[in-house]
Amino acid sequence: MTTTQSTTTTIGGHTVHVDQEGFLTDPDEWDPQLGEALAQQIGIALGPDHRTVIAFARADYTERGESPTLRRVSTGADVPVKTLFELFPGKPAKKIAYVAGLPKPRGCV
Amino acid sequence: MSTTEIHEPVTDTEPIVPSFDDADSGRKLAIICSKGSLDMAYPGLILANAALGEGVEVDMFFTFWGFDMINPKYMADLKFTMLGNPATHMPAGLGGVPGMTAMATHQLRRSIAELDVPEVPEFLEQIKASGGHLWACRMSADMQHLSEEDLWDGIEGIISASDFIEKTAGAQLLFI
Repeated sequence: MTTTQSTTTTIGGHTVHVDQEGFLTDPDEWDPQLGEALAQQIGIALGPDHRTVIAFARADYTERGESPTLRRVSTGADVPVKTLFELFPGKPAKKIAYVAGLPKPRGCV
Repeated sequence: MSTTEIHEPVTDTEPIVPSFDDADSGRKLAIICSKGSLDMAYPGLILANAALGEGVEVDMFFTFWGFDMINPKYMADLKFTMLGNPATHMPAGLGGVPGMTAMATHQLRRSIAELDVPEVPEFLEQIKASGGHLWACRMSADMQHLSEEDLWDGIEGIISASDFIEKTAGAQLLFI
Protein backbone atom coordinates (compact mmCIF):
# COMPACT_ATOMS: atom_id res chain seq x y z
CA MET A 1 0.00 0.00 0.00
CA THR A 2 1.26 3.45 -0.76
CA THR A 3 -0.10 6.72 0.44
CA THR A 4 0.71 9.84 -1.44
CA GLN A 5 1.23 12.78 0.79
CA SER A 6 -0.34 15.71 -0.87
CA THR A 7 0.11 19.39 -0.26
CA THR A 8 -0.90 22.40 -2.30
CA THR A 9 1.25 24.72 -4.31
CA THR A 10 0.47 27.66 -6.56
CA ILE A 11 1.85 27.65 -10.06
CA GLY A 12 1.02 30.35 -12.57
CA GLY A 13 -2.03 31.37 -10.55
CA HIS A 14 -3.34 27.77 -10.29
CA THR A 15 -3.47 26.21 -6.85
CA VAL A 16 -3.01 22.47 -7.25
CA HIS A 17 -2.34 19.39 -5.14
CA VAL A 18 1.15 18.00 -5.49
CA ASP A 19 3.32 15.31 -3.90
CA GLN A 20 6.51 16.09 -2.00
CA GLU A 21 8.50 16.48 -5.18
CA GLY A 22 5.97 18.67 -6.95
CA PHE A 23 4.18 16.17 -9.25
CA LEU A 24 0.43 16.75 -9.42
CA THR A 25 -1.52 14.20 -7.40
CA ASP A 26 -4.83 14.85 -9.15
CA PRO A 27 -4.49 14.82 -12.95
CA ASP A 28 -7.97 16.35 -13.20
CA GLU A 29 -6.62 19.61 -11.82
CA TRP A 30 -4.60 20.00 -15.00
CA ASP A 31 -5.52 22.11 -17.98
CA PRO A 32 -3.44 23.25 -20.95
CA GLN A 33 -2.66 26.62 -19.34
CA LEU A 34 -1.34 24.90 -16.24
CA GLY A 35 0.73 22.68 -18.57
CA GLU A 36 2.37 25.82 -19.98
CA ALA A 37 3.07 27.07 -16.44
CA LEU A 38 4.51 23.72 -15.31
CA ALA A 39 6.75 23.59 -18.37
CA GLN A 40 7.94 27.11 -17.66
CA GLN A 41 8.93 26.08 -14.13
CA ILE A 42 11.38 23.56 -15.58
CA GLY A 43 12.65 25.84 -18.32
CA ILE A 44 10.69 24.47 -21.26
CA ALA A 45 8.68 26.66 -23.65
CA LEU A 46 6.03 24.37 -25.11
CA GLY A 47 5.77 24.11 -28.89
CA PRO A 48 3.45 21.97 -31.03
CA ASP A 49 5.66 18.87 -30.67
CA HIS A 50 5.69 19.15 -26.87
CA ARG A 51 1.91 19.47 -26.90
CA THR A 52 1.50 16.34 -29.04
CA VAL A 53 3.58 14.39 -26.54
CA ILE A 54 1.70 15.81 -23.53
CA ALA A 55 -1.65 15.01 -25.14
CA PHE A 56 -0.57 11.42 -25.74
CA ALA A 57 0.73 11.03 -22.18
CA ARG A 58 -2.55 12.26 -20.72
CA ALA A 59 -4.68 10.11 -23.01
CA ASP A 60 -2.55 7.07 -22.21
CA TYR A 61 -2.84 7.76 -18.48
CA THR A 62 -6.61 8.03 -18.76
CA GLU A 63 -6.70 4.70 -20.56
CA ARG A 64 -4.25 2.76 -18.40
CA GLY A 65 -4.05 4.61 -15.10
CA GLU A 66 -0.27 4.79 -15.36
CA SER A 67 2.15 7.40 -16.67
CA PRO A 68 3.77 6.17 -19.88
CA THR A 69 7.45 5.29 -20.06
CA LEU A 70 9.63 6.92 -22.67
CA ARG A 71 9.40 3.95 -24.98
CA ARG A 72 5.62 3.99 -24.76
CA VAL A 73 5.50 7.71 -25.52
CA SER A 74 7.84 7.21 -28.45
CA THR A 75 5.85 4.40 -30.05
CA GLY A 76 2.42 5.72 -29.03
CA ALA A 77 2.89 9.37 -30.04
CA ASP A 78 5.15 8.38 -32.95
CA VAL A 79 7.99 10.65 -31.85
CA PRO A 80 11.55 9.27 -32.04
CA VAL A 81 13.32 8.76 -28.69
CA LYS A 82 16.06 11.12 -29.82
CA THR A 83 13.51 13.87 -30.39
CA LEU A 84 11.99 13.27 -26.95
CA PHE A 85 15.41 13.88 -25.42
CA GLU A 86 15.62 17.15 -27.37
CA LEU A 87 12.12 18.27 -26.37
CA PHE A 88 12.46 17.32 -22.71
CA PRO A 89 16.22 17.25 -22.03
CA GLY A 90 17.87 15.25 -19.27
CA LYS A 91 15.02 13.24 -17.80
CA PRO A 92 12.42 13.12 -20.55
CA ALA A 93 9.93 10.61 -19.11
CA LYS A 94 9.73 12.39 -15.75
CA LYS A 95 9.53 15.82 -17.36
CA ILE A 96 6.74 14.68 -19.67
CA ALA A 97 4.78 13.31 -16.71
CA TYR A 98 5.37 16.50 -14.71
CA VAL A 99 4.22 18.87 -17.45
CA ALA A 100 1.25 16.60 -18.23
CA GLY A 101 0.15 16.74 -14.59
CA LEU A 102 0.69 13.00 -14.07
CA PRO A 103 2.54 10.96 -11.42
CA LYS A 104 6.13 9.90 -11.98
CA PRO A 105 6.31 6.93 -14.37
CA ARG A 106 6.90 3.64 -12.54
CA GLY A 107 7.77 1.36 -15.47
CA CYS A 108 11.38 0.34 -16.03
CA VAL A 109 11.57 0.51 -19.80
CA MET B 1 -12.46 33.17 27.05
CA SER B 2 -10.34 31.36 24.61
CA THR B 3 -11.06 30.89 20.97
CA THR B 4 -9.82 28.08 18.85
CA GLU B 5 -8.46 29.17 15.57
CA ILE B 6 -8.26 26.77 12.70
CA HIS B 7 -5.25 27.34 10.56
CA GLU B 8 -5.29 26.41 6.91
CA PRO B 9 -2.08 24.61 5.94
CA VAL B 10 0.37 27.22 4.82
CA THR B 11 0.92 27.17 1.10
CA ASP B 12 4.48 27.88 0.10
CA THR B 13 4.88 31.07 -1.82
CA GLU B 14 7.63 29.45 -3.87
CA PRO B 15 6.02 26.74 -6.00
CA ILE B 16 7.10 23.15 -5.29
CA VAL B 17 8.90 22.01 -8.42
CA PRO B 18 10.89 18.79 -8.92
CA SER B 19 14.64 19.43 -9.15
CA PHE B 20 15.21 17.65 -12.43
CA ASP B 21 18.61 18.98 -13.27
CA ASP B 22 20.44 19.11 -9.96
CA ALA B 23 21.00 15.56 -8.85
CA ASP B 24 22.67 13.78 -11.71
CA SER B 25 24.60 16.37 -13.61
CA GLY B 26 28.00 14.95 -14.44
CA ARG B 27 27.13 11.43 -13.29
CA LYS B 28 28.54 8.66 -15.48
CA LEU B 29 27.87 4.94 -15.64
CA ALA B 30 30.04 2.30 -17.32
CA ILE B 31 28.48 -1.10 -18.00
CA ILE B 32 30.52 -4.12 -19.03
CA CYS B 33 28.40 -6.77 -20.76
CA SER B 34 30.25 -10.09 -20.74
CA LYS B 35 27.41 -12.60 -21.20
CA GLY B 36 25.69 -13.86 -24.32
CA SER B 37 22.56 -15.43 -22.91
CA LEU B 38 19.16 -13.79 -23.19
CA ASP B 39 18.58 -13.44 -19.46
CA MET B 40 21.99 -11.89 -18.87
CA ALA B 41 21.67 -9.45 -21.77
CA TYR B 42 18.69 -7.64 -20.31
CA PRO B 43 20.06 -6.35 -16.98
CA GLY B 44 22.68 -4.24 -18.76
CA LEU B 45 20.22 -2.98 -21.35
CA ILE B 46 17.58 -2.07 -18.78
CA LEU B 47 20.02 -0.30 -16.48
CA ALA B 48 21.67 1.57 -19.36
CA ASN B 49 18.29 2.71 -20.59
CA ALA B 50 17.17 3.74 -17.09
CA ALA B 51 20.37 5.69 -16.47
CA LEU B 52 20.09 7.53 -19.80
CA GLY B 53 16.50 8.43 -18.95
CA GLU B 54 17.79 9.99 -15.72
CA GLY B 55 20.30 12.14 -17.53
CA VAL B 56 23.29 9.92 -16.68
CA GLU B 57 26.02 9.50 -19.31
CA VAL B 58 26.38 5.81 -20.25
CA ASP B 59 29.18 3.82 -21.89
CA MET B 60 28.68 0.10 -22.55
CA PHE B 61 31.56 -2.28 -23.24
CA PHE B 62 30.77 -5.61 -24.88
CA THR B 63 33.31 -8.31 -24.18
CA PHE B 64 33.69 -12.10 -24.38
CA TRP B 65 30.27 -13.78 -24.66
CA GLY B 66 28.69 -10.33 -24.51
CA PHE B 67 29.87 -9.99 -28.12
CA ASP B 68 26.78 -11.97 -29.17
CA MET B 69 24.68 -8.99 -28.08
CA ILE B 70 26.26 -6.88 -30.83
CA ASN B 71 26.87 -9.55 -33.45
CA PRO B 72 24.09 -9.28 -36.08
CA LYS B 73 24.33 -13.06 -36.57
CA TYR B 74 23.20 -13.79 -33.02
CA MET B 75 21.86 -10.65 -31.36
CA ALA B 76 18.21 -11.25 -32.26
CA ASP B 77 18.44 -14.88 -31.29
CA LEU B 78 20.00 -15.07 -27.82
CA LYS B 79 19.06 -18.12 -25.80
CA PHE B 80 18.07 -18.80 -22.23
CA THR B 81 18.91 -22.11 -20.62
CA MET B 82 17.68 -23.61 -17.35
CA LEU B 83 20.95 -25.55 -17.04
CA GLY B 84 22.83 -24.61 -13.92
CA ASN B 85 20.14 -22.14 -12.87
CA PRO B 86 18.31 -23.15 -9.69
CA ALA B 87 16.19 -19.98 -9.81
CA THR B 88 13.90 -21.44 -12.47
CA HIS B 89 12.50 -23.60 -9.60
CA MET B 90 12.27 -26.62 -11.92
CA PRO B 91 13.95 -30.01 -11.35
CA ALA B 92 17.62 -29.55 -12.25
CA GLY B 93 17.64 -32.54 -14.64
CA LEU B 94 14.96 -31.03 -16.86
CA GLY B 95 17.36 -28.42 -18.18
CA GLY B 96 19.30 -31.06 -20.10
CA VAL B 97 16.29 -32.55 -21.86
CA PRO B 98 16.48 -31.90 -25.64
CA GLY B 99 14.31 -28.98 -26.67
CA MET B 100 14.20 -27.53 -23.17
CA THR B 101 16.44 -24.55 -23.95
CA ALA B 102 14.26 -23.64 -26.93
CA MET B 103 11.17 -23.87 -24.76
CA ALA B 104 12.67 -21.84 -21.92
CA THR B 105 13.88 -19.21 -24.39
CA HIS B 106 10.43 -18.99 -25.94
CA GLN B 107 8.83 -18.52 -22.51
CA LEU B 108 11.27 -15.83 -21.45
CA ARG B 109 10.89 -13.96 -24.73
CA ARG B 110 7.15 -13.98 -24.32
CA SER B 111 7.31 -12.70 -20.73
CA ILE B 112 9.61 -9.89 -21.81
CA ALA B 113 7.41 -8.95 -24.78
CA GLU B 114 4.32 -8.90 -22.55
CA LEU B 115 5.94 -6.14 -20.53
CA ASP B 116 6.42 -4.18 -23.76
CA VAL B 117 10.18 -4.47 -23.36
CA PRO B 118 11.89 -4.56 -26.76
CA GLU B 119 14.06 -7.33 -28.18
CA VAL B 120 17.82 -6.90 -27.98
CA PRO B 121 18.45 -5.14 -31.34
CA GLU B 122 15.59 -2.69 -30.84
CA PHE B 123 16.68 -2.09 -27.26
CA LEU B 124 20.18 -1.21 -28.44
CA GLU B 125 18.62 1.19 -30.99
CA GLN B 126 16.75 2.88 -28.16
CA ILE B 127 19.92 3.16 -26.05
CA LYS B 128 21.74 4.71 -29.02
CA ALA B 129 18.87 7.13 -29.64
CA SER B 130 18.99 8.10 -25.95
CA GLY B 131 22.65 9.06 -26.31
CA GLY B 132 24.36 5.89 -25.02
CA HIS B 133 27.86 5.00 -26.23
CA LEU B 134 28.51 1.41 -27.28
CA TRP B 135 31.99 -0.08 -27.54
CA ALA B 136 33.30 -3.48 -28.58
CA CYS B 137 36.26 -5.16 -26.89
CA ARG B 138 39.47 -5.39 -28.96
CA MET B 139 40.61 -8.71 -27.54
CA SER B 140 37.19 -10.35 -28.09
CA ALA B 141 37.15 -9.10 -31.68
CA ASP B 142 40.62 -10.53 -32.26
CA MET B 143 39.68 -13.86 -30.67
CA GLN B 144 36.58 -14.20 -32.85
CA HIS B 145 38.30 -12.76 -35.96
CA LEU B 146 35.67 -10.01 -36.26
CA SER B 147 36.13 -6.46 -37.47
CA GLU B 148 33.90 -3.42 -37.08
CA GLU B 149 32.04 -4.28 -40.31
CA ASP B 150 30.97 -7.60 -38.79
CA LEU B 151 29.36 -5.91 -35.78
CA TRP B 152 26.06 -4.12 -35.29
CA ASP B 153 26.41 -0.69 -36.83
CA GLY B 154 25.51 1.21 -33.67
CA ILE B 155 28.91 0.28 -32.22
CA GLU B 156 31.15 3.34 -32.05
CA GLY B 157 34.37 1.41 -32.24
CA ILE B 158 36.49 -1.54 -31.21
CA ILE B 159 38.65 -0.42 -28.32
CA SER B 160 41.02 -1.97 -25.81
CA ALA B 161 40.17 -2.50 -22.16
CA SER B 162 42.54 0.30 -21.22
CA ASP B 163 40.84 2.68 -23.68
CA PHE B 164 37.51 1.87 -22.07
CA ILE B 165 38.87 2.48 -18.58
CA GLU B 166 40.32 5.77 -19.77
CA LYS B 167 37.05 6.85 -21.43
CA THR B 168 35.04 6.11 -18.31
CA ALA B 169 37.21 7.94 -15.80
CA GLY B 170 35.14 8.84 -12.76
CA ALA B 171 32.21 6.63 -13.81
CA GLN B 172 30.36 4.16 -11.63
CA LEU B 173 30.90 0.67 -13.02
CA LEU B 174 28.72 -2.38 -13.47
CA PHE B 175 30.08 -5.75 -14.57
CA ILE B 176 27.47 -8.12 -15.88
